[in-house]
Amino acid sequence: MKNPLIIFGFAVSLFLAGGISYYASSQPDGFEKAAGEIGFLDTAEESPLKDSPLAEYGVAGVENERISGGLAGVVGVAATAAISFAIFYGLRRFNKSKP
Amino acid sequence: MHIPDGFIDIPTSAAFAGVSALAVGACLKGAAKSLDEKTAPLAGLTATFIFAVQMLNFPVAAGTSGHLFGSVLAAVLVGPYVATLALSVVLLLQALLFADGGLTAAGLNVFNLSLVGVWVGYGIFLLVKKALPKNKASITTAATIAGFISVPAAVMGFLLQYAIGANSTFSLTAVFTGMMSTHVLIGIGEAVITAFSVTAVMATRPDLVYGYRGTKQQLEIRRA
Repeated sequence: MKNPLIIFGFAVSLFLAGGISYYASSQPDGFEKAAGEIGFLDTAEESPLKDSPLAEYGVAGVENERISGGLAGVVGVAATAAISFAIFYGLRRFNKSKP
Repeated sequence: MHIPDGFIDIPTSAAFAGVSALAVGACLKGAAKSLDEKTAPLAGLTATFIFAVQMLNFPVAAGTSGHLFGSVLAAVLVGPYVATLALSVVLLLQALLFADGGLTAAGLNVFNLSLVGVWVGYGIFLLVKKALPKNKASITTAATIAGFISVPAAVMGFLLQYAIGANSTFSLTAVFTGMMSTHVLIGIGEAVITAFSVTAVMATRPDLVYGYRGTKQQLEIRRA
């Protein structure tokens, strides 16, 4: 972890998810848009987790959109980092222990 | 391109979940082989960076946005086995934490992005790389072209799923035309972000880039 690229990359990820994401387009993405134009968007069902505390990239109960979305982004970056690091370091060890 | 629950029926979704789980499991061994002290942190960073950039929807046409898929970016940086796992982690977290993408649809999404996007994309990357001179710029060029094509390739995965088990009855031609009209544009965004990100890593730590390592070895052998 002494690699500056890794530290810089994490800082950039936090900055993008925690700050810049506020400025992302809120228009429907091309998949949703096309589904609507073709005509099957109404077959979508809401996720069973739609009321979860971080649903739709916002923190439940936080009114300020910038803070709510930014916090959700930071939590997402931290969670992705924690889980992916655990998996990839774990796999590396698993690989090592084999002859 | 996060499929919500309901577009595709439950039996088809379950079948794709099974196929995806088997395929992701099959990648564990290959992933372990390509991970070492230096590449494991890059693999973690790649997953994290893709999560972050997927939050950044960019406008592609009036009233339409798109975001990075990241399949080719991951495959070029850390190899297709690790990329499959990285994309799967991102997709599952998005579905579980942020209700982005359905739950029964999780297998469909993993199939399209972690498997079709990564492996078709990486195949195209290798083909383009082979046709170009063996240097650093060619890695970025090949990644950019493969990044662009990986988006319509992932859409073809959805088309397959739609053909097998859609809960609606639109013609495949209509679904193909409608989906491609927006995703060709998203593919351009994918190409730009992939180019930028691969260039940044190639400029600082080319030794860590999975898609570049083979090239370098060939050069060394020729010089010897």
